Amino acid sequence: MENVSKAFRVPTERVQTLKETALHPFRRKAFHEFVALRDVSFDVAHGEFLGIVGRNGSGKSTLLKCMAGIYRVDNGGIYVDGRLSAFIELGVGFNPDLPARDNVLINGTMLGLSPREASRRYDSILDFAELREFETLKIKNYSSGMLVRLAFSVMIHVDADILLVDEVLAVGDAAFQQKCFDEFYRLKDENRTVILVTHDMSAVERFCDRAVLLHKGDMVSTGEPRRIGMEYLELNFGRPEAAAAAASDELRSGIGGAEIVEAWFEDVTGARASMLELERDCRFAARVRFTRAVDHPVFAVTLENAAHDKVFSASTQWQHAETGRFEPGDEALFHVQFTNVLAPGRYDATPAVALRGGTASLDVREQFVDVVVSGTHASGALLELPYASAVERTDAQPAAAEPVVAAEPEVER
Amino acid sequence: MSVETPTEPAPPAAPQPARGPRISGPVAIGVDARRFFNLTRTLAVTEFKLRFFGSALGYLWQLMRPLLLFGVLYVVFTHVLKFNSDSAYYPVALLSGIVIFTFLSEATSTAVTSLVDREPLVRKVQFPRLVIPLSVVMTALMNLGLNTIVVVVFLLLNGGSVHWGWLEIPFLLALLALFAAGISTLLSALYVRYRDIRPVWEVLLQMMFYGTPIFYTIDVIGNKTIERLMLLNPLAAVIQQFRHAVIDPSHPSLHSAMGGNWALTAVPFVILIVLVVVAYRYFDKEAPLIAEDL
Repeated sequence: MENVSKAFRVPTERVQTLKETALHPFRRKAFHEFVALRDVSFDVAHGEFLGIVGRNGSGKSTLLKCMAGIYRVDNGGIYVDGRLSAFIELGVGFNPDLPARDNVLINGTMLGLSPREASRRYDSILDFAELREFETLKIKNYSSGMLVRLAFSVMIHVDADILLVDEVLAVGDAAFQQKCFDEFYRLKDENRTVILVTHDMSAVERFCDRAVLLHKGDMVSTGEPRRIGMEYLELNFGRPEAAAAAASDELRSGIGGAEIVEAWFEDVTGARASMLELERDCRFAARVRFTRAVDHPVFAVTLENAAHDKVFSASTQWQHAETGRFEPGDEALFHVQFTNVLAPGRYDATPAVALRGGTASLDVREQFVDVVVSGTHASGALLELPYASAVERTDAQPAAAEPVVAAEPEVER
Repeated sequence: MSVETPTEPAPPAAPQPARGPRISGPVAIGVDARRFFNLTRTLAVTEFKLRFFGSALGYLWQLMRPLLLFGVLYVVFTHVLKFNSDSAYYPVALLSGIVIFTFLSEATSTAVTSLVDREPLVRKVQFPRLVIPLSVVMTALMNLGLNTIVVVVFLLLNGGSVHWGWLEIPFLLALLALFAAGISTLLSALYVRYRDIRPVWEVLLQMMFYGTPIFYTIDVIGNKTIERLMLLNPLAAVIQQFRHAVIDPSHPSLHSAMGGNWALTAVPFVILIVLVVVAYRYFDKEAPLIAEDL
């Protein structure tokens, strides 16, 4: 793929009738260009599993449609060596009034099978979808899960050297999803080339050899899925400029006498960072300037997650109450070192300075700085504490007594 | 834009080996003729099945429409208006005209909106775009095939006989199909841009119904010049020749209706070919943009 650009003409006023064309022959030039893709270039090697990620509207689907040949590119070129099949949507051409067989035939033919191949594979398609007993039912009477299963099943029965797949992992119940994952592993083992477009970073990490990050039509970066995943999270949770500007008239309280000048986070190397890695040491720091004399002030900071839950609070009040005397004009650097066990996401820090005892605040700057914690294996819990887990057999049976069910080894990163 | 390729050290300056052909974007026909045919057939058969099995009486309804129209026109013209055609087998001639016109009307008016109706397909899958209007014509053609059998049966019931002229049937139906395909191709592509093509075409179809010898035979016109002008319309030409070859040789053949002038006889065919070429050219030009303009 070389320097692919794609712009859509977005008509400001769309002329759709002959009459209007006749009356206003020149007006139809009223459109503005919307650039959906700007000079995107990358190579995909044979047998590679590539993920394309990006926020909504970043051009992922447009890119996929260009690769699939549905849109014509304006500039550049896409070169493909091999038979390519694109799955932009599951169940293309499905007709609700027909039973499974006809729909498999239509869908399979649309995706590039010959009708004969499609009907030969029909049985295995039906079995994979676990829909044998509903074979004769019109598919309008299928549940949405059944439809998706049928569609996915057709998709994996179309053999192509290169597969383009758009957002289809989150389908079906858990058992079927596992089957889909197995299929993806199989594709990987068969050394097929797969290009997967998704929001699901865990899927990208699990399957992809490499990932491409798009943002507003530009290719931001490409590389190892884990690193791209972090960048993607930063794009997602990083505050857009407008919001940052709005945050300048922030919530600030306190009786005065001290001023929190700035605050920041530092990563494990001691450099200021807007992103922290999970399970690494990191540091919060704030610079405070005093405008009146204060004895033993209290410094504190609270971290809130995106749901405004307070997840972490640190204060000098309990650790060392004697912080010393500060004269007007003096400056203090307050820092908190901690091991980052916060769940991935965005956090706001609220630093505060108070008089001794902590009752009267001198300066509180609500949500003064934010930081993104990266990591794609979110457990859904507030914290990701390091832990060790183990399973031991307790029945103490001889090994030959029962067939041992071997558990699939979990892929850990 | 920096591209990391950690897996393979590909020197960017060297010509890349075996990167395959360039993806061209959507096309009208494409290179794979077999796939084109398979797709058209699958879509057409599906549509036909839906109509066939979609309702309780299925095919009967497909048959009822031309037959009802036939019944009304027959009663009106032979009993109410005492329309006096001296041609043999007027009822069969009437039915054949209606069946042929029904085909053209069904094919083209469904095809006009076909690209827009099939939007999910057009936007989600890469396939030759011409498949869509042509599959509509194909579905109508299946109907026409069945209806032609009805015409033939009707002819035999009315005392007609099997004769060599029937060999022209496939040829005439092919010409008719080509005519319908040309119109469908052109209109479906136009409709993507101009949505008022549909009412315009409905009016034109109405006009064609009256301006073509369907419920009358060409000889009732009386004026040779007007007759010949009317027969320049490929639809009229096909109907005329059908009546001559299939129903009864007492209907003048296209050639003799044109006054025995071969050049004049060729004009409807030239019109047909020009239409098909223009339609294809336009569709081919629009094909890459259809998915975006819908």
